[in-house]
Amino acid sequence: MADENFEPKIVGFLCQWCSYTGADLAGTSRIQYPSTLRTVRVMCSGRVDPTFVVKALAEGADGVLIAGCHPGDCHYNEGNYRAMRRYPMLLQLLDQFGIERDRVRLEWVSASEGEKFAQVVEEMTEKLKELGPLNWKERSADYCGVA
Amino acid sequence: MISLTIDGRKIKVEKGTSVLEAARAAGIHIPTLCHHESLPPYGACRFCIVEVTQRGRTKLATSCTLPAAETMEVATRTEKVMKIRRILAEMMLARCPHSEPVIKLATEMGVEKSRFSTPRAAQSCLVGEHGECILCGMCVRLCDNVMKVGALAFEGRGGYRTITTPFHEPSDVCRLCGACESICPTGSIRQAKISDRQPQAIPFEFEQGLTSRKPIYLQFPQAVPRVPVIDPDNCMHFKTEGCKICEDNCEAGAIDHAGKDEIREFNVGAIVLATGFDVFDSREIPRYGYGRLPNVVSALEFERLCHASGPTGGKIFTSQGKVPESVGIIHCVGSRDKNHQEYCSRVCCMYSLKFAHLVKEKTGAEVTNFYIDMRSFGKGYEEFYKRVLSEDVNFVRGKVAEVTNVARSPEEEGKLVVVAEDTLLGLVRRIPMDMVILSVGLKPGADTEELNQVFSLARSADGFFAEKHPKLAPVDTASDGIFLAGACQGPKDIPDSVAQGAAASAGALSLIDKGSIVLEPIRAQIEADLCGGCQICVANCPFTAIEYNPEKGISEVHEELCKGCGTCVAGCPTGAAQQENFEDRQIFSEVEGLLS
Repeated sequence: MADENFEPKIVGFLCQWCSYTGADLAGTSRIQYPSTLRTVRVMCSGRVDPTFVVKALAEGADGVLIAGCHPGDCHYNEGNYRAMRRYPMLLQLLDQFGIERDRVRLEWVSASEGEKFAQVVEEMTEKLKELGPLNWKERSADYCGVA
Repeated sequence: MISLTIDGRKIKVEKGTSVLEAARAAGIHIPTLCHHESLPPYGACRFCIVEVTQRGRTKLATSCTLPAAETMEVATRTEKVMKIRRILAEMMLARCPHSEPVIKLATEMGVEKSRFSTPRAAQSCLVGEHGECILCGMCVRLCDNVMKVGALAFEGRGGYRTITTPFHEPSDVCRLCGACESICPTGSIRQAKISDRQPQAIPFEFEQGLTSRKPIYLQFPQAVPRVPVIDPDNCMHFKTEGCKICEDNCEAGAIDHAGKDEIREFNVGAIVLATGFDVFDSREIPRYGYGRLPNVVSALEFERLCHASGPTGGKIFTSQGKVPESVGIIHCVGSRDKNHQEYCSRVCCMYSLKFAHLVKEKTGAEVTNFYIDMRSFGKGYEEFYKRVLSEDVNFVRGKVAEVTNVARSPEEEGKLVVVAEDTLLGLVRRIPMDMVILSVGLKPGADTEELNQVFSLARSADGFFAEKHPKLAPVDTASDGIFLAGACQGPKDIPDSVAQGAAASAGALSLIDKGSIVLEPIRAQIEADLCGGCQICVANCPFTAIEYNPEKGISEVHEELCKGCGTCVAGCPTGAAQQENFEDRQIFSEVEGLLS
């Protein structure tokens, strides 16, 4: 669905210590990247409940980014490993909903990786432009057979 | 108490005491040959004979088997008694002319030689060469009554009386404890003749297996508390329910074989982990010949060899008992090696230099250290290195490829050849040595995995426990209240370990001292009514801050430990767990706001 004016909405759940700070660095470094991302700060990527992702998609997001510290560097030791474990289950859930897996991404961004953060948002935006808007309400209406 | 008279002296003793024991307690000497305080009395040798007068009647009796009785009158040195003892001595001397205890006793009696001739069929078949059994029966009594095994017994009568095993066959029941050998007063009996199985020495762990130990032993000279321990796997009491010689002889009554391991629970607010390290096992590098070639020793073994309290009293010998003329010291065994441990073990260069210095000092041998870099980082360390250089110790910079005993030239015959690259000379060298010391590295202790589970600690890539921050918090861990000290956190030497110990104690003290704990404002809380007791949160928490309460059937957060990461909240299936200021509904609100 190639609507040239389509600007995807991405909700990003960023962990306070690494990825949020990394995003901050992208800002202070004046790196240009699409303004499609809206952030929710959590203390740790392990805080991200898969229901947050579903909520975001249901509320109108076209894609969700979960970003945390690199494995081994989690500020809380193991929180990001929990996020890593929940992610495949989340993807299976998306399959069941018929939502494209590419819409939800798990990335590791450290506090010094401003460039990487910008790049991730860039890539995700491009991908979502290709995939088009999620249209949750229409899709769920199709499933339920409700007009 | 019983009153009796011995040699005119009035003596009071407990009921059940023998006349011999009563006399000895009063300082009156009665000679014995077959008596031992740990064994039941036997009356075999008859040397302890005394004259006893009771109710007007006088008779001869062995004082070891005679219980003290009220109004008894005992004479230990009458003419009759002395004459009997002298004849006994002559008879004993005839039977065992070379036996030391017999000769000693005979001399005491004033007997120099015997009028009797040595009988022919006298000796026990269990006696070794040059041994002389005096038929005191101590071995039999010990094996039967004390050790509760009963592998030996008397056989025959008169001149043909002997000590043997059933049917003169090697014993099936002998436990190879060696008690008979140790108690035999003439040193005659040989365990090897009782059983044809080989006794296995218990390797002494502290001496790195260079010597053996008994089942009861002191673990090492500096043990705290400095009391012996009993190894229940090897102690005879646990095999036969006999022995307990140590317990019976302990004057302080400090030994209790019935003692059981106790598990005690302590409520503490701070823990310091100082669980130490293990040493690299050189058998993982077979080409160095450890465990295969003689005279290839690991650093800890060599430490015992050159230590004054070690098995050789500090003298350095090869396994053939000679003083080595050439010694090689190989650095970095198992360390700085991508096939084993990648890290540097920190202490080995310095202890290798120490060994080089000691070997030079004690033996004057040609010493060569094979090193990669010389890490002499501490106070006075570089100066010590310079000193060792000036003592004519050779240094070859290069990894050692192998240690072999296959000689390629006459000088290498019968020697260990160290094959190493000498990078400074640009050659591969073969250097023959009498002894090779492997400077093994330090690695995490064998119990690290278990401790990891119990204390929920993180480990760094090298396998040692992870500190909270490598520069700024080297003794803290991610869990508040648990501190690390010493080599369990990483290889280090004594000054650094001591410093860490002090730091960890200070950390613990500061917690105790403060009197209050600052709580994380964004910590997790569990609503008791909603909690189903699934314990998913317990497993999720990286800080073991959540504990399941079996009485209530719910999990509870220890708020002083919670760091506020929220991982438990995300995993909770009922929503009972919530994080202050980061509740699910708050985040949902944020998402709604972002997308409105």
